[in-house]
Amino acid sequence: MRHYVIVGILVIVAAVGTYTGLHAVGLMPVEASVQAAPIDWLWNLEVITISFLFALIIVPMVYSLVVFRRKKGDNTDAEHIEGNTTLEIAWTIIPLIVVVIFAYLGAYSLGETRRVDPNAMIVKVTGFQWGWQFEYPAYGGFKSDKLYLPADKQVLLQLQALDVIHSFWVPEFRVKQDLVPGRITEYRITPSLIGDYKVRCAEICGTSHAYMEAPVVVVDQAAFDTWAKDQQVAAAQAEANATPEQKGEKLYQTYCKACHSINGTAGNGPTWLGLFGHEVELADGTTVTADEAYLTQSIKEPQSQVVQGYSPMAFNPAAVGIGDTEIGYLVAYIKTLK
Amino acid sequence: MTNIKPVWRGLFLLVVGALIGYGVGLGLDFAVQKTVSYQAPVAGLFSLLFGAIFFFFGLIGYHGVTKGLVFQVLGTLAGALFVTGIRAAMGLGLWGPFLFTEPAWVLGGLVGALSFLAGVGAVTDWWKWALGEPTSDHHHDEPGWEKYFGVSLDHKVIGIQYTVVALLLISVGGLFALIFRTELAASGLQFLTREFKLFDQNGLQMYNSLMSLHGMIMIVSILLGIAGIMNYVVPLLLGAQDMAFPRMNAFSFWIAVPAAVLLLSSIFLGGFDTGWTGYPPLSVRAPVGMQMFFLGVFVAGWSSILGGLNIIATTLRMRAKGMTAFRMPILVWASVATSLISLTATQLIGLAFQLVMFQRLLGMGFFDPDKGGNPVLFQHLFWFYSHPAVYVFVLPGLGVISELLPVFVRKPLFGYKWVAMSSLGIALVGFLVWAHHMFTSGMNEYLRVPFMYSTLLVAVPTGVKFFSWVATLWKGKIRTPVPMLFVLGGIVVFLMGGLSGPPNATVSTDLHLHDTYFIVGHFHDTIFGGFVFPFFAAIYYWFPKASGRRMNEFWGKVHFWLMTPSFFVLTLGMMRIGLLGMRRRIADYDPALGFDLTHLVLTIAGFLIALSVLIFIINFFHSMKNGEKAEGNVWESRSPEWQVPSPMPMHNYEHEFEVVGEPYDYGLAGSRYVKFANEK
Repeated sequence: MRHYVIVGILVIVAAVGTYTGLHAVGLMPVEASVQAAPIDWLWNLEVITISFLFALIIVPMVYSLVVFRRKKGDNTDAEHIEGNTTLEIAWTIIPLIVVVIFAYLGAYSLGETRRVDPNAMIVKVTGFQWGWQFEYPAYGGFKSDKLYLPADKQVLLQLQALDVIHSFWVPEFRVKQDLVPGRITEYRITPSLIGDYKVRCAEICGTSHAYMEAPVVVVDQAAFDTWAKDQQVAAAQAEANATPEQKGEKLYQTYCKACHSINGTAGNGPTWLGLFGHEVELADGTTVTADEAYLTQSIKEPQSQVVQGYSPMAFNPAAVGIGDTEIGYLVAYIKTLK
Repeated sequence: MTNIKPVWRGLFLLVVGALIGYGVGLGLDFAVQKTVSYQAPVAGLFSLLFGAIFFFFGLIGYHGVTKGLVFQVLGTLAGALFVTGIRAAMGLGLWGPFLFTEPAWVLGGLVGALSFLAGVGAVTDWWKWALGEPTSDHHHDEPGWEKYFGVSLDHKVIGIQYTVVALLLISVGGLFALIFRTELAASGLQFLTREFKLFDQNGLQMYNSLMSLHGMIMIVSILLGIAGIMNYVVPLLLGAQDMAFPRMNAFSFWIAVPAAVLLLSSIFLGGFDTGWTGYPPLSVRAPVGMQMFFLGVFVAGWSSILGGLNIIATTLRMRAKGMTAFRMPILVWASVATSLISLTATQLIGLAFQLVMFQRLLGMGFFDPDKGGNPVLFQHLFWFYSHPAVYVFVLPGLGVISELLPVFVRKPLFGYKWVAMSSLGIALVGFLVWAHHMFTSGMNEYLRVPFMYSTLLVAVPTGVKFFSWVATLWKGKIRTPVPMLFVLGGIVVFLMGGLSGPPNATVSTDLHLHDTYFIVGHFHDTIFGGFVFPFFAAIYYWFPKASGRRMNEFWGKVHFWLMTPSFFVLTLGMMRIGLLGMRRRIADYDPALGFDLTHLVLTIAGFLIALSVLIFIINFFHSMKNGEKAEGNVWESRSPEWQVPSPMPMHNYEHEFEVVGEPYDYGLAGSRYVKFANEK
């Protein structure tokens, strides 16, 4: 009996100690969304349960190893205890009840993260190898490479992938959702804490997966409105005033930079520096001159004329709205890179 | 040459072969590309293959594995040239950046793997039967170490072959981990930079290839490791002379060798950047190495399926007299549970990979949304095997824990029937939980809650095992030689893995945890606790049975006390930064996250684990020849294999035994488990 009392006390001490320790360390990042609250609440319950179960197994184990260790010179066997059906039933049924409770709580907290506000602001998010683009249909559809969000207002992100599977994750928001080619997935978030965060792609998407990040800025409603209006106006002006070369450069910055350098270094694709008008050796052994026709064709159908030493890129320009006009801008831009 | 030790001769020829292979590869590459490239992919591949062939030639001459590898190389070339010939007739391009084109490599790889089997001799008996020629019923091996390098039908030889190849692959997979772990030691790119160039890959691509291959090489090594333990031990525990199908047993082992070669060849052929999961569309776009990976896993799967079939048939048909279901050793229960999964689920990963192979080769749009395909379907097929596979990895290990615990506690296994049933319970529930890997995948939302319930159910039979182990320890007379240390370490580490599991099962918390380093820490805990620790325990425990000698106890303890704390640091550190925002499978991380110091510590811990395993491997090979003699019942076990002298004779028990009691009745005066026919 003495053993059981000591172990019982030690289990409680160890459980409380483990939980207090984990809690003091602080396990989660800052909580910056309404949806994070039910997740952190469930997580905390789980940490309590884990601390208790950890103590429940480790304490009697360590106690046995210390107290029931074989004494020197004692080569006899221990007491013949085969089992105890009541105990076995107890430690089958009680955990069963506990996991059902947790499954219920899990479903409940999932439901909380999925609460729909019919007035949510829609932002279209496009993920591609290797970057993010955000489009604000409520403000004339301007595009941004930063995700600005107003605090305390639900946003519905409509996620779209251009090439492979990506995953939208802002650790401070907790929730994560994959982007699947060929369909639109949804992600609802209500930012609750003003600050600078980053969206980081969580599903491996190829070579530069690690760098597929974009700034997420949560500001108050007034600041957001100002920013959105400015962007809208700037987008309209840029559209009106830009030369084809400038438009091409803007497209380059968004879609092409990840693979094609403009300083001569090789990336996943060939550099654009000094490309125009020069001979290019193709994978099939032939050589072509990089004239307007070649560049147009190569951007339109990247698989058609692959340069020697490079793998065909799977970028689909039509899917991001790069049509003949835009390709013209890009070619104009490439011509400037001598 | 005859006076030189075979190993030194082999190592010398390894260097010669590697250089010749490199030269041949450079020449072929130059013939096709018309430029000399010192990092040419084929030069690397030929260097590896020629080195291996020359090494084995130096070791054992031209037969067994040497002949198998020669056949594999010739078969690969024949298959690839066949496709190249067809392409020539069709007017298609003949050569690619990796010498052959992708279809040529795929058919070549498949023909090469089958040729290996012909070369090594794993199908010789079947071939003779087909021709109506006689073969001997009882296989006979010559004494000595050479038999381990050729086809043997003795389950003990095959068990050791499996175990040694598993250790070899663990070393290779571990080496890959050390390379990318070093890259992660600080933020920014250290040596796997964008300017880095090897085998047609830049540093980031090489990182992804190494990280992806680390995963699959380790998985294959685990499958071979558990097959090694089960092959060696299960027939001995059952009192059988051998496995039910000895030729199929040899086939199952030898098919895994060309599979490993295929897997490793992927790193030379452009690598792949998908992780071990190979999700399309990314895997549709990866270099040729992706196909070699798919093919390697596909071929390795045959080994697992047929091995599972053999264990089940052996257990059903070849038990000693009196060994009813509930008098079987607990490890046999675990082996059957594991084999049920590998026999019935492995096909699904093979199928999933085959569909992607066909999509790449033939343009079939299974997972291409533009052609009406669905990328998420792949994930269902993939995880239908790959989740139960986790139980394939850990059930035998948990069986080893339950098997060894009573021996060192000197008390019966607490609640034997419950522990036996919990293995089956885990195996069966394990089939119903796969979609918990897909909570964020965009699959139908209503599927998430039922899969949460089924997943959490796994905790119940797993809990039964923990409680039973603790109750077994309670009031025992505990001895702690090296195998027991690893058993105890396994319990604690598996507990960490088990307790960090449920937060991934409850959907809402998983939305945060999915695809982070928390998951990486969690599954390294389950795999180390459920496989690696018990695997080491089993090797330390049955080593005397196989060799008649003990492994060095002191160095065993060093191995344990170096590995265990380092491992805790490694996985707890992983979980910690995972919660704070560290993603899986990234070559670099944002310095603003402040993870640099933690990653440095993790890297050091990784190297300490590698050092401890190196100590183990040296101890393993050193003790074979120089270990302390141990021919009797070293652990005072009741199990039948320890009632006869070590090492075990070729056809196992000289006299049959009958089961006359319970397997684990330690402490019950006058009781015994087995009685041999020559005893009164």
